[in-house]
Amino acid sequence: MPKRKDIETILVIGSGPIVIGQAAEFDYAGTQACLALKEEGYKVILVNSNPATIMTDTEIADKVYIEPLTLEFVARIIRKERPDAILPTLGGQTGLNLAVELANAGVLEECGVEILGTKLEAIKKAEDRELFRSLMKELGEPVPESEIIHSLEEAYEFVKTVGYPVIVRPAFTLGGTGGGICTNEEELIEIVSNGLKMSPVHQCLLEKSIAGYKEIEYEVMRDANDNAIVVCNMENIDPVGIHTGDSIVVAPSQTLSDREYQLLRNASLRIIRALGIEGGCNVQLALDPHSFHYYVIEVNPRVSRSSALASKATGYPIAKLAAKIAVGLTLDEIINPVTGKTYACFEPALDYVVTKIPRFPFDKFESANRRLGTQMKATGEVMAIGRTFEESILKAVRSLEANVYHLELKDADKISDERIEKRIRKAGDERLFYIAEALRRGISIEQIHEWSQIDRFFLTKLENIIRYESVIKENIGNLEVLRKAKMLGFSDSTIAKLWNKNEREIYEIRKQEGITPVYKMVDTCAAEFESETPYYYGTYEDENESIVTKRKSVVVLGSGPIRIGQGIEFDYATVHSVWAIKEAGYEAIIINNNPETVSTDFSISDKLYFEPLTIEDVMHVIDLEKPVGVIVQFGGQTAINLAAELEARGVRILGTSLENLDRAENRDKFEQTLSELGIPQPKGKTAFSVNEAVRIAQEIGYPVLVRPSYVLGGRAMEIVYKEEELLYYMENAVKVNPQHPVLIDRYLIGKEIEVDAISDGETVFIPGIMEHIERAGVHSGDSIAVYPPQTLTPSIKRKIVDYTIKLAKGLHIVGLLNIQFVMYKDEVYVLEVNPRSSRTVPFLSKITGVPMANIATKVILGTKLAELGFKTGLHHESEGVYVKVPVFSFAKLRNVDISLGPEMKSTGEVMGKDVTFEKALYKGLVASGIHIRSYGSVLLTIADKDKEEAIDLARRFYHIGYQLLATSGTAEALKAEHIPVTVVNKINADSPNILDVIRQGKAQVVINTLTKGKQPESDGFRIRRESVENGIPCLTSLDTAKAMLQVIESMTFSTTVMPKFAKFQEVIHS
Amino acid sequence: MKRQLILEDGTFFIGEAFGSTEKMVGEVVFNTGMTGYQEILSDPSYCGQIVTMTYPLIGNYGINRDDFESIEPYIHGLIVKEVCKIPSNWRNEMTLDEYLKTKNIPGLAGIDTRKLTKIIRQHGTLKGAICDLDVSIHEVVESLRSTNLLNDQVKRVSTKRAYPSPGRGHRVVLIDFGMKHGILRELNKRNCDVMVLPYNATAEEVLRLKPDGIMLSNGPGDPKDVPEAVEMIRGVLGKVPLFGICLGHQLFALACGADTEKMKFGHRGSNHPVKHLTTGKVAITSQNHGYTVNEQSLKRTRLQVTHVALNDGTVEGLRHLDYPAFTVQYHPEASPGPEDANHLFDEFIGMIEQFKKEGEMVYA
Repeated sequence: MPKRKDIETILVIGSGPIVIGQAAEFDYAGTQACLALKEEGYKVILVNSNPATIMTDTEIADKVYIEPLTLEFVARIIRKERPDAILPTLGGQTGLNLAVELANAGVLEECGVEILGTKLEAIKKAEDRELFRSLMKELGEPVPESEIIHSLEEAYEFVKTVGYPVIVRPAFTLGGTGGGICTNEEELIEIVSNGLKMSPVHQCLLEKSIAGYKEIEYEVMRDANDNAIVVCNMENIDPVGIHTGDSIVVAPSQTLSDREYQLLRNASLRIIRALGIEGGCNVQLALDPHSFHYYVIEVNPRVSRSSALASKATGYPIAKLAAKIAVGLTLDEIINPVTGKTYACFEPALDYVVTKIPRFPFDKFESANRRLGTQMKATGEVMAIGRTFEESILKAVRSLEANVYHLELKDADKISDERIEKRIRKAGDERLFYIAEALRRGISIEQIHEWSQIDRFFLTKLENIIRYESVIKENIGNLEVLRKAKMLGFSDSTIAKLWNKNEREIYEIRKQEGITPVYKMVDTCAAEFESETPYYYGTYEDENESIVTKRKSVVVLGSGPIRIGQGIEFDYATVHSVWAIKEAGYEAIIINNNPETVSTDFSISDKLYFEPLTIEDVMHVIDLEKPVGVIVQFGGQTAINLAAELEARGVRILGTSLENLDRAENRDKFEQTLSELGIPQPKGKTAFSVNEAVRIAQEIGYPVLVRPSYVLGGRAMEIVYKEEELLYYMENAVKVNPQHPVLIDRYLIGKEIEVDAISDGETVFIPGIMEHIERAGVHSGDSIAVYPPQTLTPSIKRKIVDYTIKLAKGLHIVGLLNIQFVMYKDEVYVLEVNPRSSRTVPFLSKITGVPMANIATKVILGTKLAELGFKTGLHHESEGVYVKVPVFSFAKLRNVDISLGPEMKSTGEVMGKDVTFEKALYKGLVASGIHIRSYGSVLLTIADKDKEEAIDLARRFYHIGYQLLATSGTAEALKAEHIPVTVVNKINADSPNILDVIRQGKAQVVINTLTKGKQPESDGFRIRRESVENGIPCLTSLDTAKAMLQVIESMTFSTTVMPKFAKFQEVIHS
Repeated sequence: MKRQLILEDGTFFIGEAFGSTEKMVGEVVFNTGMTGYQEILSDPSYCGQIVTMTYPLIGNYGINRDDFESIEPYIHGLIVKEVCKIPSNWRNEMTLDEYLKTKNIPGLAGIDTRKLTKIIRQHGTLKGAICDLDVSIHEVVESLRSTNLLNDQVKRVSTKRAYPSPGRGHRVVLIDFGMKHGILRELNKRNCDVMVLPYNATAEEVLRLKPDGIMLSNGPGDPKDVPEAVEMIRGVLGKVPLFGICLGHQLFALACGADTEKMKFGHRGSNHPVKHLTTGKVAITSQNHGYTVNEQSLKRTRLQVTHVALNDGTVEGLRHLDYPAFTVQYHPEASPGPEDANHLFDEFIGMIEQFKKEGEMVYA
């Protein structure tokens, strides 16, 4: 069927900020879709609140709106732009929910906007549990016994009939937010109450638990002509019970016979047909491991994380085709972009094994509950491809960048058998590693199967790996064993350990003996057709298919899995760098392992190597490709950390030299540079022992900022106010030794300022300066950043520009640099310099119109900034005000303290832009999910040190008509200033106490400041968690609170009484 | 134990032996199905062929009692990247290795099957031998070059004598050219009273059973090696509704005056898109054929192309313009592979019923 000619303009809705459950996969999907629609000649309007996305680049759509994804703003855009149609199935749950809201509000009808792809009816049928269940019943597809409930009473009724355990799934939430498994009444009360709150329609599904079934997913596509295909099926190694986003997943399924495969395929196709979906759809099924009996668990009538994974696993670009189908094209008339010869209407055949392992944020959130269940907790994922299962999973393990290169636990010898059993029975993020340890201890597969319900097939494969460890160990120097070990996916570093050699030696032996990988193509068709996709993976086989061209090439290292501190911003810069390399006439080669991202779309680079980012795997690509050099500036700390070893192995690092990278990152060298340049920095020193740390802190004075050297996203960084805290930190948070020193700096309580710049060594171009709302001490990634600065004097700005230029030149930066300053008592100090692309590069690029990563790449490749028309200094300021607001995923992470500090906690960001600061911030806050009300109640629990500052804040809240609630201490302070306040009981006091107030929704904002240090004062912690779990904004920085208040003030009118005539006579006569 | 595969072009692959250690010669082909190895190795259409599975892990769910497509396998060898030694599935009864040993079929694991697949794709199917390492490659290549592949596969795999598979519905005579059990299963499912006849049954023998419909099964090899079947089809055409699958389709085309030809490397897998020309709808089908009906040759016949392969445009389905007869190149009985085309069996039953009704009207 030809494409539709009756529509011209299409509005695409993005998925907003990165949160757990909704990550970079939607930038990948949205970008593909926008480009596909443009390719077909449609005018594309895009709306997304997330500036760190490729899709919001103005080249991707005809018109780009970076606005909050709320009914209010999107309706405004629709009324203004009058698109003919809207495509909501590419923006995740956010896009889908918004489309439903727009339809329900009558906006679509009013403006004559058609929903493309999947019709509203189908969305409702798939998303509304009741409608879904009745549809399944109609189709004869089995669903687990379940009940839609709207109250706790209804939950009790259901449990009475089916018994425990039951699964709770709140309706219309992201990544299963608020769900869980209940095995007893206590858990039932907690999870159901929470789930009802989280669901926008106050509805949960209670379901008989079928934990232990095989969890199988089918990615299916259908077009308007009813052609329906399966792109890929996937098997979760973790059986039903763990969210698929948190499960280790393999593609294709490994333990299903053809009959089982077809049984579930038929069910999936029946469902997509019954729903009438035109586009992609994900069907999750549970299969009894002992019969043909199965259940349909869930259907997502849109592209998803799984579809991104399926696209990367097969090469089949689901989102691109979903967009084409949405405008009426049918699968049989679309060419398969991978082969370029065959059609898209077929089912990919894989000739390799794909493994996906989720990346969890528990390295950052030590106190978090690591138990996995139906609520997703992973922030990102890695994917690896191999010709054996063992190779595939071991490559995935070392792609995680968790400092783990093999299936091993740290300090495994100290772990008791009991703990191992417990950790296998109750799955946490490290279960795979505990299983490996169990196997190492000789625990039988049967036993582990009984504990974990993981299929024996996978356990046997893991046992193969563990068994081979001893073979390697017993055959030191045996080349056949080495070869076999590499085929099983063992890393050089693991073999090195077993052979008592170093990693480099193993690598050299292999190179000498020709035990090196070849690269195979991912071609969708298992080599049946000739393909030209430049998408490769490494494996130990005979034939290499990656033909090195005669063109000069440049390798760019990607940033690996998305985690807190290294998010989508780095993929954004990586993609731009790749494009710039191509523009400069080189062949652009990328190495990365994150299946969610745009950078691993094979159509972005000239060659994509889907490989772990370890020295070994990167060197293999370099040995083959012999590039001009490697660019490490865009892949975040991942890539930077490889630079030294790459150079040691003779690889040329393009851009800022290794020596200068080190001068910026090594504390002592950096200090020396700064003093040479005459740039002040907070006093600080490096401690190599606990005693030394104490001495240094005394010397420079508390409070001090402590952190390990070479950190990512402020990991393990803390502000300590006294010696006991310092000692606690030194003993618990870090292991200080001469190889791993700890940095101790004076903590200056001042305004934080951030700058990104591009330098070629001669010219230093500064696209913009950003001012943070929160004072220094809150990680820059968690602060609200404002452009242009609102409070800086011209002389301070000049100073910042001057320091930036000096630093860029002094450090001989070639490429990008990011500097954080603190302004303290009118003096500017340098906090840190990152000689690489930063988190703010996409934000600043979009605001200023300066494609920073692109320009930096060209500079790295040798072009001078002057040739590109840039001069040293600050770019002229753009009109309007832009704010970057961080977005957190706290609701999904139990037991995590939400208070802001030097350690980064946010998962994503949004941008708000408008003509005034207040308007921009309003948009930013709304886009980040904070509900701003012009009236209501504010609950204050303020630490003594902040009380003085809080009084003014409280008074202003009072003036705009907010009711003030406060705990006794804070209330007294307010009363003393004659500010009316209602006292609420402390946590342990009688009901209604402060937690009840929060639970009952009696406060619209909670402001809670930390007493001191990091040790969670348990009351404060509970108040903060209670707020998060009840969806009430909880501000832990008075700066954020002030900014928010400013917004509320700007949207309300203060009401003050008229002055009295009391002194009338005096006035007259004076 | 190390053994090797030697191809007629001199390429050889050394791998790990499994199954039997017999020396076996055959036509080396590849199948892209990711599941269904048990059905594939028991599909008589592979008679005389050495099958390479492109999916690297084979044998994961073992061998079960139910999924055979014939009682005896006729495959000459199986080549995989990795053979699973400890399968896991609730129906598993033995490993692939054990099964191939009992059936005396050699297997070879641990080779770069993707490289082998690409050789076949580029050069077309080749003759090959699975043998020990101590042979002279040169001699094996010479002998492969001078060896003619089998041309009597249908005779080898077809039933030697007729047998019934009773039912209470329409009587269908099923000609066994190397029938997969799936075809019989589909007819039985529809209550057909099936009479299975050997490949060389004559038209008289067929008609004597007073069938309501005739089903031409799949089978191995070149359709031109089975002239007796072509003869038989000519004798029954128009008298009884007819449905043919795979080799049955090719024989039907020959009987109607069309020609068939060998393909470069054929279609073998579970993901082949086939377009129905009338509706424009595409079905994903299971396929296994090395020969195809020449489209040009159809001009001089009363045959109409109903289905084509989406990717290479080859003929996938035919219908007779004058008689109640239709055939498809692919496998609507699936097993292994998708069941998208299963409705064709219903269409066959519909055709039988329509023919009966019309007959009653004619003779009323």
